[in-house]
Amino acid sequence: MTRLFSFWLSHRVELASLFGQHVLLVAGSTLVAVALGVPLGIFSARRPRLASPLMAVASIVQTIPSLAMFGFLLPVPFIGGVGARAALVVLILYGLLPIVRTTIAGLRGIDASIREAGVAMGMTPRELLRQVELPLALPSIVAGVRVAAVVGVGSATIAAAIGAGGLGEYIYRGLSMVDTTVILAGAVPAAALALVVDGALLWLEKQLSARRRSRSRRTAVTVAVVVAAVVMLSSAAAARRASGAIVVGSKNFTEQLVLGELLAQAIERDTGLPVDRRLNLGGTLICDRALMTGDIDVYVEYTGTALTAVFHQPVSTEAGAVFDTVRTLYAKTGRTLLPPLGFNNTFAILVRGSEARSRGLRTIDDAARESAHWRAGFGYEFVERPDGYPGLATTYGLRFPDPPRVMDLTLSYRALAAGQVDLIAGDATAGLIKGLDLFQLDDNRHYFPPYDATVVARAATLLRYPQLRAALERLSGRVSAADMRAMNYAADVEHRDVPVIAREFLARTR
Amino acid sequence: MAVPAIEFRGVSFARLGRPRILDHFSLTVESGEVLALVGRSGAGKSTLLKLVNRLLLPDEGAVFVEGRDTREWEPIRLRRRVGYVLQDVGLFPHMSVADNVAVVPRLEGWAADRIAPRVHELLELVGLPAQEFATRWPDELSGGQRQRVGVARALAVDPPVLLMDEPFGALDPLTRAELHGEFRRIQSRLRKTVIIVTHDMGEAFALADRVGVLEDGRLIACDRPDVVAASHEPLVRQLLDALPAIPRPSDVVQAFRPADHGGPEGPHYSRKPSLSPRRGSGQAGERPPE
Repeated sequence: MTRLFSFWLSHRVELASLFGQHVLLVAGSTLVAVALGVPLGIFSARRPRLASPLMAVASIVQTIPSLAMFGFLLPVPFIGGVGARAALVVLILYGLLPIVRTTIAGLRGIDASIREAGVAMGMTPRELLRQVELPLALPSIVAGVRVAAVVGVGSATIAAAIGAGGLGEYIYRGLSMVDTTVILAGAVPAAALALVVDGALLWLEKQLSARRRSRSRRTAVTVAVVVAAVVMLSSAAAARRASGAIVVGSKNFTEQLVLGELLAQAIERDTGLPVDRRLNLGGTLICDRALMTGDIDVYVEYTGTALTAVFHQPVSTEAGAVFDTVRTLYAKTGRTLLPPLGFNNTFAILVRGSEARSRGLRTIDDAARESAHWRAGFGYEFVERPDGYPGLATTYGLRFPDPPRVMDLTLSYRALAAGQVDLIAGDATAGLIKGLDLFQLDDNRHYFPPYDATVVARAATLLRYPQLRAALERLSGRVSAADMRAMNYAADVEHRDVPVIAREFLARTR
Repeated sequence: MAVPAIEFRGVSFARLGRPRILDHFSLTVESGEVLALVGRSGAGKSTLLKLVNRLLLPDEGAVFVEGRDTREWEPIRLRRRVGYVLQDVGLFPHMSVADNVAVVPRLEGWAADRIAPRVHELLELVGLPAQEFATRWPDELSGGQRQRVGVARALAVDPPVLLMDEPFGALDPLTRAELHGEFRRIQSRLRKTVIIVTHDMGEAFALADRVGVLEDGRLIACDRPDVVAASHEPLVRQLLDALPAIPRPSDVVQAFRPADHGGPEGPHYSRKPSLSPRRGSGQAGERPPE
């Protein structure tokens, strides 16, 4: 609890900004959903044949998990991609259903004699709608807006996965750092926001159904003023992004967050250009797509990952060849691969440090001799991958008495340290290697393909800002595996703040 | 002779896929006349009213309002010249009494300083002191008061024609009798052309200059109340006998306090055809005491 409050206190500027982004996402998407949903509801309330299929489609849309929805929208031009725009589109789609539904219900719930009285008094359809139908349906419509806004507060946390910002950033950051405090730092304000929105709109709904027109008019004006004020304040808080800023992206795990922050600070310090951080994007393909469309300008990719996952080329183990292939493929698609940062985040075959020292183990060949009385534990992915366990066993002649235990990657580090297994395949730069005193055996037969961490940037952006290229190249060869491990350790094990870690590293290397 | 206020000329009307509600129906209502249409539920009474203000158009024949075919009337103009009072009143629940009465004047674009005195005048006319009632809400009114507001609202822009669809049907007998009195008082001042639809023969006789009896989409009788009450036309007689009666207020009172007390509304008000305001040879309708 104290940790949570001190986290908020130390991150209050960022918290305010993320909170502002969150409010803006929800308020903006809800307003648009009202602007689209109410007319749509009015339209379909008068055409029952249209209403049912429309509601069916809307219900189906509603059942698509929001993360999947973000995924669908990634390749769509104009509305898709990463960032707040795509998030708004998704949130609007989710908000439409309840609003359309309650608009229809509100209009259909009006007593036929009231409507008939209006028509018989000589109201035109428009007059009937504005003076009778809408005022009477308003409490029902507001109920729909309430549902839309509350659902929006929840869905907006997921929007952080595509770099839209908001309180979800803390949740994702906390998940990747396995740090409950950070998760709560985002989840608690989001829940509070949902409760406040729910309460406020419920109050409004009750005011409106009290049938006191003069009072409800005053209420409506009050609410409109409050909403406008909140939106303006949050825009001010969220409007950090200067136009023409360099947008730095990253994937959604600790090392990538550190590297993203590192790039951002290096650019800010060396070029003075404004930087917009779109860290925590949901994976390799999202980053690649974002770089392609210009939603981000630069991020750190691993050569082996680019080769197989981005360009679908066969696995190769020769580091120089892989780098050249990937650089050429990037160049053909308008991206520039800069020289590697200096560490290879490959698979690391790990043993306990104490064992390595006592038995004098240095290479995987050394370990192969011991394998007959060892137990191995691997993550799910390593067992399946073309560059995973089967090839490794063949290359080094590993012969374990039992088939390897398949376990969660993060758990396997602890299982090794605790002596439950004797050999695992981890990430070469994992902070836990240092934290748990593990030892990485040398891949002396060069079985694993290279995963050299390398900055990739949009060629157009580099052309426009020559000083940007210089700033990024200054990092080439400067981040060793030990450096990266230490920074991951600081973030994952010591729970230190990523911007601070990056700042200290840059200060040391200048 | 002047153009009749409302004229049905050979009007037929059917809801889609249903038997005809009206079949070559003809009727003339003179200006300033109160016509009551009596008939059982489903006889086509409400349909008749909706044909007048063009909520419906006839399949065959034509309806003329002030000498003009409703098809030629611009519907909005027509409806604002024809006041309409519904059984369930249809007051707008989100508007105050004053705002309800002011709806049509506002639609007509009256200035605010003309609307306010008019609303005041109308509320006084229907017996609801404006001071007390103007700012109330429909759900704070009794059924009778709501019906009065409904009448005031229908009269707001002084339309020459008033259509009333079972206007007092949902009220208790005492309130109903009271409103009948009010109606006669107002009508004696305003001389509107009125069509009242009702299933209560007593009400028809209490209010109307002429009573029409509607059965299967045809008018089987249409004349002064006393003539209709004396009719020997078997269908009319049958209908008269079958029509629901409400106990005469005096009967109710007498049940508790015998003999010495008459009903508040006196002789206008009655069960079945036994009494009518202008009853002449009404004896034929009298039942032997039971």
